[in-house]
Amino acid sequence: MTTTTDKHTITALVEDQPGVLNRISSMFRRRGYNISSLAVGQSETDGLSRMTFVVEGDPETVEMVAKNLHKLVEVIKVVNISSGNTVSRELALVRVNADVTTRSEIMQIVDIFRAKIVDVSQGTLIVEVTGDENKVDSLVDLLRTFGVHEVMRTGTIAMSRGVSYEEDTPG
Amino acid sequence: MNMRGAQIVCKSLLREGCDVVFGIPGGAILPLYQTLPEFPDLRHILVRHEQGAAHAADGYARVTGKPGVAFATSGPGATNLVTGIAAAQMDSVPMVIVTGQVGRPSIGTDAFQETDITGITLPITKHNFLVMEAKDIARVIKEAFFIANSGRPGPVLVDIPRDVFMEEVDYEEPLELDLPGYKPTISGNNRQIKKASALIQSAKRPVILAGHGVIISRAYDELKELAERAQIPVITTLLGISCFPEDHVLWTGWPGMHGMAYSSLALDEADLIVALGMRFDDRITGNAEKFSSKSKKIHVDIDPSEIGKIIPVDVPIVGDVKDVLVKLNELVEPSTHSDWLKRIETLKKDHPSLRLPETDKLLARQVIRDISEITEGNATIVTGVGQHQMWAAQHYEFKNPCSLLTSGGSGTMGYEVPAAMGAQVASPDGTVWSIAGDGGFQMTLCELATIVENKLPVKFAILNNGFLGMVRQWQEIFFESSYVSTGYSGNPDFVKLAEAYGIKGIRVTDKTQVKTAIQDAMEHDGPVLIDFIVEQEENVYPMIPSGMTVKDMIEEPSSERVTV
Ligand SMILES: Cc1ncc(C[n+]2csc(CCOP(=O)(O)OP(=O)(O)O)c2C)c(N)n1
Ligand SMILES: [Mg+2]
Repeated sequence: MTTTTDKHTITALVEDQPGVLNRISSMFRRRGYNISSLAVGQSETDGLSRMTFVVEGDPETVEMVAKNLHKLVEVIKVVNISSGNTVSRELALVRVNADVTTRSEIMQIVDIFRAKIVDVSQGTLIVEVTGDENKVDSLVDLLRTFGVHEVMRTGTIAMSRGVSYEEDTPG
Repeated sequence: MNMRGAQIVCKSLLREGCDVVFGIPGGAILPLYQTLPEFPDLRHILVRHEQGAAHAADGYARVTGKPGVAFATSGPGATNLVTGIAAAQMDSVPMVIVTGQVGRPSIGTDAFQETDITGITLPITKHNFLVMEAKDIARVIKEAFFIANSGRPGPVLVDIPRDVFMEEVDYEEPLELDLPGYKPTISGNNRQIKKASALIQSAKRPVILAGHGVIISRAYDELKELAERAQIPVITTLLGISCFPEDHVLWTGWPGMHGMAYSSLALDEADLIVALGMRFDDRITGNAEKFSSKSKKIHVDIDPSEIGKIIPVDVPIVGDVKDVLVKLNELVEPSTHSDWLKRIETLKKDHPSLRLPETDKLLARQVIRDISEITEGNATIVTGVGQHQMWAAQHYEFKNPCSLLTSGGSGTMGYEVPAAMGAQVASPDGTVWSIAGDGGFQMTLCELATIVENKLPVKFAILNNGFLGMVRQWQEIFFESSYVSTGYSGNPDFVKLAEAYGIKGIRVTDKTQVKTAIQDAMEHDGPVLIDFIVEQEENVYPMIPSGMTVKDMIEEPSSERVTV
């Protein structure tokens, strides 16, 4: 795991209903919690979505975030996976300047990061990278020296390793 | 069986045990109102302002322990409820509110009287629903009642578009509840309870700090058992007042900003706080970092998100107060704590907190004492917010559980009139006194008409100081008596006003008239309003200014001559 000490990852299984995201973001805003990233998608069960939050704060704050998420009627399960052994991934697309003189250098960097070039046009490239937040940060930083036009990131998703199913945080 | 949405609403309300609804009709909710005659068991009380409907439902809920129900139409009807919903949310009061919404095809078009009320009430409800199909109504109302009155109670709003009320569907009894994300923890963890018992056993200076949760869970006997068995003094929060009889030797008042000095001092000296169904509000803790720094804390609450929110806790127990106390009482060994109880007696003697000055002037505090004496502590007291609220909480000697209704968390002026109405509806033969401020009373006095219409014998005591008194007190103490916008020079003649509504009105201007007036009010069969013209510039003491500590407490003005 490469999350820094003040960033924590929480996942939540939620009912896939209109307004759920609104309820959750309203809770975060009202209580003054900072989300540094949020990713939502379908879960393994029909009608349920899974959300991954990367939250900034001390462990006590993060525990309060988990408790307040849990309090929402449409939130079924909340897991704080910051401390555990987890896999966390994020996808990013980066549009970067590339002319004949820099293209091969960029391609080398892309290779080292096991990233991909997914689009080439006159003067720019789009790089696709997957990895944990730090890896994406480092690649984006390196590419900045060539001139970055646009960065798009999905936000982190995370899953704990090994264990077959997540344990709910004790209420 | 084919039924219209509106019929399903009524049928579902009755099935959930609702017998009275407070509300006002309007376009979007009209199909529901026009269905009411088919359901004569559902009594509708037509209020004069939707805020009144919400507070009345709140008062009704606190007294009965059942969710209070309110109806309002879309747009302004729904937004008028907001203050009352927020107050109920802050004080964990169960309510189910049904609002009409514009028809489905118009939603999102800024149609006439369209307001996103589920959006507006999102942060001030326990949960809310927008019902887009009549077939969902029965299930949603069942869920609404369950959510409102289980776990930590709170208001639930159900918004129903006009055409959904009119939609006809095949009615089916809703199945078992299916709320996978909502499973309140009722039963306290045995290991934690054992730890709590051990802490109680080893404590030298324990206190119980009992909150609204004790009343909500109706755990009066269990609280008394714990207190008596282990000889622990009982301090309550403002909303916990009346959960423990005030004539009991272990009763040790209520602490905080305007609480008794001896209560705040006892908390400060304690080595263990057993906090039951309360949430360490800033009105109690003052500076939370310095609050009761020598004590360990056991915190029992049904809402896990309250535990550790303000104060670090040594033994957290999530669960219903009653369940936890029953188990705890089995473990706790009898003890005496005689040194500590002696110390508490000394604190009470040295810091009496509630002495009245010797004076011929008419003091609001005296009025409360006389009401307390004449009703023998057996009335249900409903207050507004301000000085009169604090004095009522301080000087009324509450003998019965759940007999103080006050907007504690939200501090909503205007609560005193409609909540008293709701309390009287809930307890038609009970004595209900509304202790009102001249300020708050004017915020919701339109409900006097509702009170008359429904023959509700509420007794009103307006403690008329001609000021927004509590704010004036802050101005006096913190802003060198610069009374900006707190004096009322244009108050109406409240006696004439009462008479205009057909209510018996009495004016009291002298100390000697107080008792007679209260007795007259008690003997009168119907609502009465007494306008007590009290001293204008009295202050509430003790006082711990916000964010400060017991060390900063102003116990009483030094110059006053006082008698006990
Ligand atoms: C709806 C609302 N508006 C404003 C306040 C702020 N406020 C707190 S106490 C108070 C004065 C209340 O005056 P009154 O009802 O006459 O009671 P008193 O303090 O004089 O006994 C005010 C304005 C409030 N609590 N609620
Ligand atoms: Mg006043």
